[in-house]
Amino acid sequence: MKFWTHVAAIAWKDILSELRTREIITSVLVFAVLILVIFNFTFNADSSLMRQIAPGILWVAFVFSGVLALNRAFIPEKEEGCLDGLMCCPVEREAIYVGKALGSLFFMLLVEVVVLSVFALLFNIAAFQPEIIVVTLLATIGFVAVGTLFSAMAINTRAREMVLPILFLPIITPVIIAAVSAVTLVLDAKSWGDIFSWLVMLIAFDVIFTVVSFMVFPYIIEE
Amino acid sequence: MKPKILLLVSSLLILASLAMVFVFVPTEANQGVIQRIFYFHVPVAWVAFFAFFVTFVAGIVYLVKRNPLWDMMACVSAEIGLVFTTLVLITGSIWGRSFWGIWWTWDARLTSSLVLWLIYIAYFIIRAYISEEERKARFAAVVGIIGFVDVPIVALAIQLAPTAQHPNGEIFHGGVKGLMLVTLLLSIAAFTALYLLFMVVGISIKKDERELAGIKEAMKE
Repeated sequence: MKFWTHVAAIAWKDILSELRTREIITSVLVFAVLILVIFNFTFNADSSLMRQIAPGILWVAFVFSGVLALNRAFIPEKEEGCLDGLMCCPVEREAIYVGKALGSLFFMLLVEVVVLSVFALLFNIAAFQPEIIVVTLLATIGFVAVGTLFSAMAINTRAREMVLPILFLPIITPVIIAAVSAVTLVLDAKSWGDIFSWLVMLIAFDVIFTVVSFMVFPYIIEE
Repeated sequence: MKPKILLLVSSLLILASLAMVFVFVPTEANQGVIQRIFYFHVPVAWVAFFAFFVTFVAGIVYLVKRNPLWDMMACVSAEIGLVFTTLVLITGSIWGRSFWGIWWTWDARLTSSLVLWLIYIAYFIIRAYISEEERKARFAAVVGIIGFVDVPIVALAIQLAPTAQHPNGEIFHGGVKGLMLVTLLLSIAAFTALYLLFMVVGISIKKDERELAGIKEAMKE
């Protein structure tokens, strides 16, 4: 029980500081909307083609803005010496991982809700279907599970935030494939049964990488 | 094992498998002579995968035991794995050029191999950006573990994806029997021996580097 009190305290600290500074949410949100707008120019496609490629555009926006948000998860911790403080606290290292991950999950979901609305509006697509919401939630959990681990790692290298996308993107390819395929099916008026295998894959990824990251995270922030 | 013995064994095995591939094995009826690259391609892929498995296991053992020898082993094995994955991509491309008429297609196996290659590129980028040996070893171990766990999931996701499905198992069309099977097994043995040789030599180079770094440190003081 004490573990979850610690987790909640760490997550709440992140959410509170974000609500006061609005550093992550503002810039990540603007970045994600910019991706949508830029894709509109680069493809300059008619509406039927746009419908076909829309799921891909949406997930590129989610993935790239996710990298931006996850990078910010540990930069202030490192710069302000907060991580050292956390490590001196009588708190399990795993609790730091779960707390940071929950904080990032909260920010990313907040950004995704807005991006999904903008996406629905700009591309004239019914984006708020229950299937799409579940897929987005599951995929975001997967992003955050590995992303939090890699973000803590990246910040402790010389290249800092440059390292995160290089580590993060190849590892999350299954999530991207599953999410894009599932959303494409849903937009083709398919339902739960048709996206079932993708949902199973997303859940499997989430479970496996939450457990593995949880186990190896203490080795990352050792010193 | 002594590197000299391994050198002898792997040289003999490679010569034998070359003789089998170019002289004795019959030409496959469906694909013609290009199918012979398969006796190179498959063993190389096997070694690459085995090498990453060794990196995965050595990484776990390093995190538990903290003996730098395990990190050397993980690193050398990943180096070999990366080189062999590159060879898999190149030999696969050559085969594809002659059989499909194109160097690259987003076929399930090709794409999985490319993602695998990118994961282990990241493994070495992480190593390059950390100066402290101990932290380098720890982070690399974590990437080696996460990367290896990811590989089957990547392969499964790409397999399930609706895009660009090429007929699977084309190369095994009609099964691998008789002399073809013997040649394949011999090539696998040859490349596995080569892997062991590279491992032994690579680890001894790493040990020397470490010793040298220690001497340099001592001379500074």
